[in-house]
Amino acid sequence: MATDYATLKKGGFMKQRQKDTFSLRLSVVGGQVTAQQLVAITEVANRFGKGYIHLTSRQGVEIPYIKLEDIDKVKDALAEGGVSPGVCGPRVRTITACQGSEVCPNGCIETEELAKELNDRYFGKELPHKFKFGITGCQNNCLKAEENDLGIKGGLRVSWIEDKCINCGVCAKVCREGAIKIEDGKVSLDNDKCNYCGRCAFSCPTDAYDTKPGYLVSFAGLFGNKISKGVEIVPFVEDKETLFRICDAALKFFKENANPSERFKFTIDRVGKEKLDEAIWEAYKGNN
Amino acid sequence: MADLGFEVDDTVDITDVNCPVTFVKTKVALEELDEGQILQVHLNDGEPVQNVPRSIKEEGHEVLKLIDNGDGTFELYIKKVGD
Repeated sequence: MATDYATLKKGGFMKQRQKDTFSLRLSVVGGQVTAQQLVAITEVANRFGKGYIHLTSRQGVEIPYIKLEDIDKVKDALAEGGVSPGVCGPRVRTITACQGSEVCPNGCIETEELAKELNDRYFGKELPHKFKFGITGCQNNCLKAEENDLGIKGGLRVSWIEDKCINCGVCAKVCREGAIKIEDGKVSLDNDKCNYCGRCAFSCPTDAYDTKPGYLVSFAGLFGNKISKGVEIVPFVEDKETLFRICDAALKFFKENANPSERFKFTIDRVGKEKLDEAIWEAYKGNN
Repeated sequence: MADLGFEVDDTVDITDVNCPVTFVKTKVALEELDEGQILQVHLNDGEPVQNVPRSIKEEGHEVLKLIDNGDGTFELYIKKVGD
């Protein structure tokens, strides 16, 4: 029987140069792998691979040198350890994420749950071409949001609490956007300049800022044969419901408009960015 | 010096060290104090003034005041919280 490489690829088995040999891509969400999963991965790599794994550029784990005849045994062994295969090909790929506000002092948003929720909604969804989501917790952008077809960057909308303020001026010093002015003991914030990085609130020694986490969403990034930075369309998104509506709208737009093997960026270039803008604005406003 | 509205119990100069020793030196000085006593910290503009007040707050102490000396240095006043 002929080997169905397309199905294998869809199931995370990446054909190697060596005949009937595969590098097995595993499902990793938001870059988190449990110690228990690592044990299962170790056992499979030792028993069926060459005793090592490869870490991919998008937080994936691959076990190289899996033989065709071992595929079912490998899947079973991994499943026992709570590990499932990943995907490749024209569908929603690994959702990448940094550690976010749960762990990182700079993090503005929670990223682990968000990655899981996006994964539950979209992972493996069939599309005209690959589609990548990436989540980064703050403006430091460790997860390079704009490289992705849909990038999510965490931010904080801040407001000054006058009666907690001791007028130390640290917030104005740490602001890299020149958005904070202090005159006669009053802090004023220029919302047009604020980039939601949250440095003012984090640096404040008296917690004199009220913060509301939210999302900056970028679209149609590419970092392969062609390189293009994802662009923002709508302003700061303050709730997850709206964020998911926007994600739904972007995937729907891609599915309906893209030619086979055409990345999001080129679909937009071909059909017109104003059409995507319209779809995303409608989703932002809750009209879809 | 202008009336601060409180008495300073001890002072420390951290303009001669770099991060993270700035914070460590402040922390050690605070350890010498009793709860409720006040430490005055002489520190540089730039990275120290942007980070030390935050780190002190995260340790649970109360930052009372920060005064710009206008010469590239600041005075930070901290009230010790806890033993």
